[in-house]
Amino acid sequence: MTDAAVTVATETPLRRRKRPRAVFISGIAMLALIALAALTAGLFWPAGPWVAAGEPYTPPMTAPGLPLGTDVLGRDVAAMLAYGARVSMLIGIASTLAAAILGIVIGATAGYARGWVDDALMRFTEVFQTIPSFMFVIVLVVIFTPTIATITLAIAVVSWPPVARLVRAEFLSLSSREFVQSCRLIGMHPARIVFAEILPNCFSSVIVVSSVMVATAVLVEAGLSFLGLGDPNTASWGGMVANGKAVIRSSPYLSIIPGFAIFVLVLCINVVGEGLNDRLNPRMRN
Amino acid sequence: MANDPLLSIKRLSVQLPEGGDRTLALRDVSIDVARNEIVCVVGESGSGKSMTASTVMGLLPPSVRVAAGTVELDGQNLLKLKPEQMRKVRGPRIGMIFQEPMTALNPLQRIGTQISEMFQLHSKMSRAAQKAKAIELLQAVHIPDPAKAYTAYPHELSGGQRQRAMIAMAMALDPDLLIADEPTTALDVTTQAQILKLIRELQQRNGTGVLFITHDFGVVADIADRVVVLKHGNVVEQGTGAEVLGNPQHDYTRSLIDAVPRMEPPAYTPPPTDKKALQVKDLVKTFGSAGLFGNGRVVHALRSVSFDLPKGRTLGIVGESGSGKSTMARALVRLTDPDSGKVLLDDLDFTALSRPELRQKAGLVQMVFQDPYASLNPRRKVGDLIAQPMTVHGKPRAEAMERVEELLKLVGLDAKAMDRFPHEFSGGQRQRIGIARALALDPKILVADEAVSALDVSIQAQVLQLFRRLRDELGLSMVFITHDLRVTAQVCDEVAVMKEGEVVEYGPTARIFADPQHDYTRLLLSSAPGHLGLKGATPLADAPAV
Repeated sequence: MTDAAVTVATETPLRRRKRPRAVFISGIAMLALIALAALTAGLFWPAGPWVAAGEPYTPPMTAPGLPLGTDVLGRDVAAMLAYGARVSMLIGIASTLAAAILGIVIGATAGYARGWVDDALMRFTEVFQTIPSFMFVIVLVVIFTPTIATITLAIAVVSWPPVARLVRAEFLSLSSREFVQSCRLIGMHPARIVFAEILPNCFSSVIVVSSVMVATAVLVEAGLSFLGLGDPNTASWGGMVANGKAVIRSSPYLSIIPGFAIFVLVLCINVVGEGLNDRLNPRMRN
Repeated sequence: MANDPLLSIKRLSVQLPEGGDRTLALRDVSIDVARNEIVCVVGESGSGKSMTASTVMGLLPPSVRVAAGTVELDGQNLLKLKPEQMRKVRGPRIGMIFQEPMTALNPLQRIGTQISEMFQLHSKMSRAAQKAKAIELLQAVHIPDPAKAYTAYPHELSGGQRQRAMIAMAMALDPDLLIADEPTTALDVTTQAQILKLIRELQQRNGTGVLFITHDFGVVADIADRVVVLKHGNVVEQGTGAEVLGNPQHDYTRSLIDAVPRMEPPAYTPPPTDKKALQVKDLVKTFGSAGLFGNGRVVHALRSVSFDLPKGRTLGIVGESGSGKSTMARALVRLTDPDSGKVLLDDLDFTALSRPELRQKAGLVQMVFQDPYASLNPRRKVGDLIAQPMTVHGKPRAEAMERVEELLKLVGLDAKAMDRFPHEFSGGQRQRIGIARALALDPKILVADEAVSALDVSIQAQVLQLFRRLRDELGLSMVFITHDLRVTAQVCDEVAVMKEGEVVEYGPTARIFADPQHDYTRLLLSSAPGHLGLKGATPLADAPAV
């Protein structure tokens, strides 16, 4: 046992150092805060984000009850931010979940079946990988009318290939391991081998990749809204930046506040993703 | 000065980080290595023998530190050297050979480049001189066609050739001391014998002192001038090879020596019944294809292999890597489908079963795998792992768990093992878990594919003992696949020797050991480590170097 410990431990100085735990924890705390704001938006602003709450162009910290000021039409920026967080997080999580499931099914099938099934599925995956993803999302959203559901779906459709390739690679290496052969030998059904035996062993890497995908999805959604391709019936951060763009000289805060919100959310997701990687990835764990 | 030892480890204690299985990896270890001498450090895994080598090389992991003692090379305390001074010691003064040449060599660099690097770092030779010297070294380690090996990448060489290249690198700067950490453990027996002979030859030619680390007393018998036995970080015995092997003083040494499988198979007894558990008929398996332009690679893993396994008997299939023995094992359990030929179980044609039928009949033949670490799903508890074969075939979980308890007892483990994960067990214990899992379906035939190869010799003996007991108690018929003839002498009634996909010799174990017919069988027998020294009759010092 000691022999093995030596070989592993000698690699330590060459590895990237783990990020401090405090950063990981504060990332999670910040995410929780944003999620809380999103969930409780209805309690603080029961009338929704669209109602006029004061004079248009009220700067932040000047009017009582309007900590972040109002926009072009006198709507409360804080309310829009909170409602926008809903959209960002919902689309980020839902599209990643959908993409992860699709990726896992395709990757697992390809990696376990091998042969022509693998070839066919991987060529199919490459088709999706070669199309510039943001363009593809725009095309999909324009074809279907932009709603939260179609945007989620469109983002999922472009983001599953990395998951599929990762899962396939994991399956290729895991399915030649002896414990998988041993399951074949005891007469276990292939579906059960795939889902109950191999899949749990590659969950940690899927989670790590997915966390980064959530961040990308948030950015894509913001980009769509900025281009005016978001769901017109919901407040969204990207849309807020786009609306503020026209008055950026007189009221820069209208663009800066939602832009900063996007930045913080994406940063937190990335920090948490890195933290998960440090903790779940067996190669990083001591 | 001539009598002073080259390397002198004095009262060395090395401290492990907190939470380890013990506080000191090494306790008060003193070892001397003289010039022109091979000192073997022997012990089981975890005995601290690799830690000794790492300390001498100054390659201890950061979490481990030297608590006391000195390591002197020619009177210079290596532990006091600064890292840059130590770099001047590694290479020119101390060379090292590792266990696994594939991972010790850089896969992206040519062998020649890697050897020349030694000269670039430590001398001012011209490029042409470096190349000439490197080829000369490759010649000295007897690599066929040294000029070609110079330009080859590691993966283009065989395991034995890679280890030779490693030795050439270690010897490049003519070091005073060579540290060899299990250099032959990953190799086939015949290659192992050649490498041991090479190390001996180079040591005698250059007068090098060698610190040779191994767990196998067979190897010790072949190569050691002096022996140091380590147990849990303590030196329990040291002396000349003849003393320690011929008259071991410590119980632990005795148990290690006794654990080395003897090359003396029991007398042959004819099978009690004529009934065959298994008949293999003309099995053929070819991998790869000739390729579209005839540039493909074809490997004939099995060329028409046939044999019978009588009920209640054990057949050993022996061969080196590439002999097709593993393909044979996989074909027997249908992990690989043969191109043609038949595997008959009683009258059932096992090769003709469809996949769903095969799942139904999974209980007939089961397999024990080589690697006790990879063959158990790390995410499942031991109880689940053993119950799985039964629950897959529809046995209620409560009933299966009762059976698990019986099975654990049968393989010599405590019932408490059920609620623990595989990684909490040692290699030998995990192999017992693997055996319990294989037995869960009450198979008639058990195929063991190198089932004891990954284990220390002493653990090997215990697991082999378990196999024998199970065969007798359960009336199992077994196929034992191994590269180690010593193992077949322990458990097999009959042996089939395989080479390049063919059975070259087949017969009762006792007859094959006493009177081998084929040249290859003779070579395997004479290559088995310790076949001269450990029989007890030959005093080691007089035994010719193998």
